[in-house]
Amino acid sequence: MLMKLFTDFMGWVDKRLPVTDAWNKHLAQYPAPKNFNFWYFFGSLAMLVLVNQILTGIWLTMNYEPSGDGAFASIEYIMRDVDFGWLLRYMHSTGASAFFVVVYMHMMRGLMYGSYQKPRELLWIFGMLIFLVLMAEAFMGYLLPWGNMSYWGAQVIISLFGAVPIIGDDLTLWIRGDYVISGATLNRFFALHVIAMPLVLVILVFLHILALHEVGSNNPEGIDIKKPKGSVKPEELSKFTFHKQYSEKYDIVDAVPFHPYYSVKDIMGVAGFLFLFCWVMFFAPEGGGYFMEAPNFTPANGLKTPEHIAPVWYFGPFYTILRVVPDKLLGAVAMFGAIVMLFALPWFDRGTVKSVRYRSKLHLVNLIQFAICFVVLGALGTMPATPTANLIGVIASFGYFGFFIALWFYSKNENTKPVPERIAD
Amino acid sequence: MKKLFIAATFGIFVGLLALTPFSATASGPSVHLDKANNDLSDKESLKKGFKTYINYCLGCHQLQYQRYNRTFADLGIEEADGIANYMYTGDKVGGHILNNMPTKEAASWFGSAPPDLTLEARLRSPDWIYTYLRSFHIDESRPFGVNNTVFKDVGMPHVLQDLQGVSTIDEHGKLSPAMGGTLTAEEYDVVVRDLTNFLEYVGEPNKLERKALGYWVLAFLFFFFILSYFLKKEYWKDVH
Repeated sequence: MLMKLFTDFMGWVDKRLPVTDAWNKHLAQYPAPKNFNFWYFFGSLAMLVLVNQILTGIWLTMNYEPSGDGAFASIEYIMRDVDFGWLLRYMHSTGASAFFVVVYMHMMRGLMYGSYQKPRELLWIFGMLIFLVLMAEAFMGYLLPWGNMSYWGAQVIISLFGAVPIIGDDLTLWIRGDYVISGATLNRFFALHVIAMPLVLVILVFLHILALHEVGSNNPEGIDIKKPKGSVKPEELSKFTFHKQYSEKYDIVDAVPFHPYYSVKDIMGVAGFLFLFCWVMFFAPEGGGYFMEAPNFTPANGLKTPEHIAPVWYFGPFYTILRVVPDKLLGAVAMFGAIVMLFALPWFDRGTVKSVRYRSKLHLVNLIQFAICFVVLGALGTMPATPTANLIGVIASFGYFGFFIALWFYSKNENTKPVPERIAD
Repeated sequence: MKKLFIAATFGIFVGLLALTPFSATASGPSVHLDKANNDLSDKESLKKGFKTYINYCLGCHQLQYQRYNRTFADLGIEEADGIANYMYTGDKVGGHILNNMPTKEAASWFGSAPPDLTLEARLRSPDWIYTYLRSFHIDESRPFGVNNTVFKDVGMPHVLQDLQGVSTIDEHGKLSPAMGGTLTAEEYDVVVRDLTNFLEYVGEPNKLERKALGYWVLAFLFFFFILSYFLKKEYWKDVH
């Protein structure tokens, strides 16, 4: 009886909006390769963290006061007087760091299995745009507690724009809305942080997923699960039913419907992730001084510089690249260049074999050195600049850029292994 | 090979992250800090610390984000008792713990206005507070005749001098035992430990509640993970 009511209702809706069709196309009949491994958890986890940030953000906004006079006190009001305000705030602050952990792992996955290669260039570009907007979102969000590290961190980063020739000073003035960072800056950062950036972020995530479903998911083997129509013997086809958008155009092999197979698997990933997340959030929400920096427990003070201004850890790699270049303008160029390189990755890689499993030893080494350099750059970004640290930073920066350059050279005629036709069991 | 690669890459990625000096608290000059070893669950200690704070610190240092009645409730102080014995400023019991120090004048008296201490334990760490309050020594060149080895040239006098007495410093920077106070060194350490304990509490009044809730959440997630593992296994039977 209830079931019939539901079916009738969905029938009524489907005539007006293709809800069931969309559900099938993107979840219940979306062909996902059957061999996803550990690295494939991070996409759904990124989505989880995004939802966490948005929901906790909404409730934080209800009690936060975006003004130079009231911001710091309102955070303490949330921590002390709002019911479970401390939990909301820690979910949000820990979520910010978790977002970057998850996104960096997600990107590493793309690098390992060549998920940026043709035909997934646009998918990769949308991902990189998400990363860029996420960095802007996090940067602006970090100003909102109006602590002293918020203030001076923003001071350092905004002053970078001053390195732009000719218009630099006017540009920084335009960004700050004042001659120094002030309540005016806080107000606009608040507006951008709670409305503009999240809106863009959600739209980009939507496009990222649409683009993914258009070209289909890659997998650890880098083997396409969509074969030309009619090329596969009927008994070899995947036994599952897939949406006609996919099955009419291709013969689909070695795939499972995303739902329920990957939805239940991702629930497991979510449980594991939340365990670690809550461990940090409940027992070390300051993340050892890396998720919440100690100087941020005193209000913004334009006359008192913290002894060591360090950006939050997730900006570390790019901050180090900026810092090791002696010239401010060139440093900023190098920093933005580091991100441009990532954007252009699909064109640096001229190879056709996707997964590192079937590529050359050289590529494996290059990939590992890149990962190491990235982590080293990140660690250095949180430490004070010493000559030794600078030297290591220069080496790691060469490693970072070298990855792309080397890739461009060797990928054209790479000594790859033969890629199997099918994903083995 | 493939398992090895996954293990290697992941190991490097996470391992290096873990190797970064994650336990290092705030940066800053490395002064040796004594361990406070305070205990947030010790309500007697917190009450004594609160009392010391009211008597010695509040005149200059506000706790502008913390309320009296919240403190009473958390520390197990009856409201009537609290009003009679902990409130000397005529504030409302639901009000913040404030003083009447005029900020502008204070800045000229001490060099800079005495900071609010609500978040001091989070800003500098409990160990820092514990060590700082035990590190005053005579220095005639300073306006109040004392200096501090943890916070050099601090603008603050040795407010607890009648309890601790005062130390002298030798040319190696070593402090002598304090002389002339009403308490022995051990008794003074206890007073400072209680005060540190109170300041850690005030820095984050929900700390104990947070951890207590945390155990329940982790326990739930642990079982949820096991359930989700078996659920996944059950579904994936048809695939493998």
